[in-house]
Amino acid sequence: MHMKIKSMILLVALLGATGAAQAEESVWTWLGTIWRQNEVNPVSNAAWQEECGSCHFAYQPGLLPTQSWEKLLDAKALEDHFGENAELDADTLKEVRDFALENAADKSWYKRARKIAKATENGEASLRITEVRYIKRKHHEIPEKMIKGNKDVKSLSYCDACHTQAKKGVFDEDTVRIPNYPDWED
Amino acid sequence: MKRLTAMLMVLGLFAAVPAAATPASDTLLVKYQSDGAGKPDAAKGKKDWTREEVVDGEKMSCATCHGTDFSKPGKHHKTGKVIEPMSMKVNAERFTDVKKIEKWFKRNCKDAWGRECTVQEKADFLTFLLAQ
Repeated sequence: MHMKIKSMILLVALLGATGAAQAEESVWTWLGTIWRQNEVNPVSNAAWQEECGSCHFAYQPGLLPTQSWEKLLDAKALEDHFGENAELDADTLKEVRDFALENAADKSWYKRARKIAKATENGEASLRITEVRYIKRKHHEIPEKMIKGNKDVKSLSYCDACHTQAKKGVFDEDTVRIPNYPDWED
Repeated sequence: MKRLTAMLMVLGLFAAVPAAATPASDTLLVKYQSDGAGKPDAAKGKKDWTREEVVDGEKMSCATCHGTDFSKPGKHHKTGKVIEPMSMKVNAERFTDVKKIEKWFKRNCKDAWGRECTVQEKADFLTFLLAQ
């Protein structure tokens, strides 16, 4: 009897703990991968860092699914990359494209990347990280004045304006510092 | 031996001009001329630097992002990303990589003027910038 109660409590506790995770993935996925890395796989490719990072934050491939990277990293598409010319020579394009496709959200085992994969598995893949449902929801509670109305942030696209460890692929809430709003969490 | 001395003198001459050329810029200026450019004109390059064209409803020139003080960093007009200074005096990496120079000429001419620059324009810009 005693034993039964104990195991019941344990089961309830376990279910409770998985509750949050269940929102983005099945309990089996969660249980099977408890020990995998958190966050998003950091950039490990020099060409990626150089080619993407010379104009904007070098967004990690794990922030978008394969389908999005395939559309973005295409010779023709790069001629008009959100209004800018970002043409690459064929060799460089192949290298950054391969890197993206190998590390895209749906290929990654990093937890946050998996959540992005889950959020983008149905429907047309967005070309903008800021339009991924999961990313939108995560920033939902931040008032507009702290992002758009903040002269040192301006848009959700500038990850590293607030995510101090963004370069390492870490987007955890504890690492967030919003410029001009030191007490943003209150 | 005489020839060697002469060669060394010529090399010495090149070395004596401070930060005004790099192996990459030399290669490109030769290439531009063989591709049809005339004598590089730094004054034309200077004028072109601030020549504005309207691209996608926005007035654009080289200076829009790079500015006109070459010892200072510029700023990307959309992403706000800092662009390292154009002057070789403060940025030793400038004009040291043929592929990089050509890549940015291609992209930036299209972004600022809506078309690729001619070899003459590139020769003018490069000569103008090397002297900054």
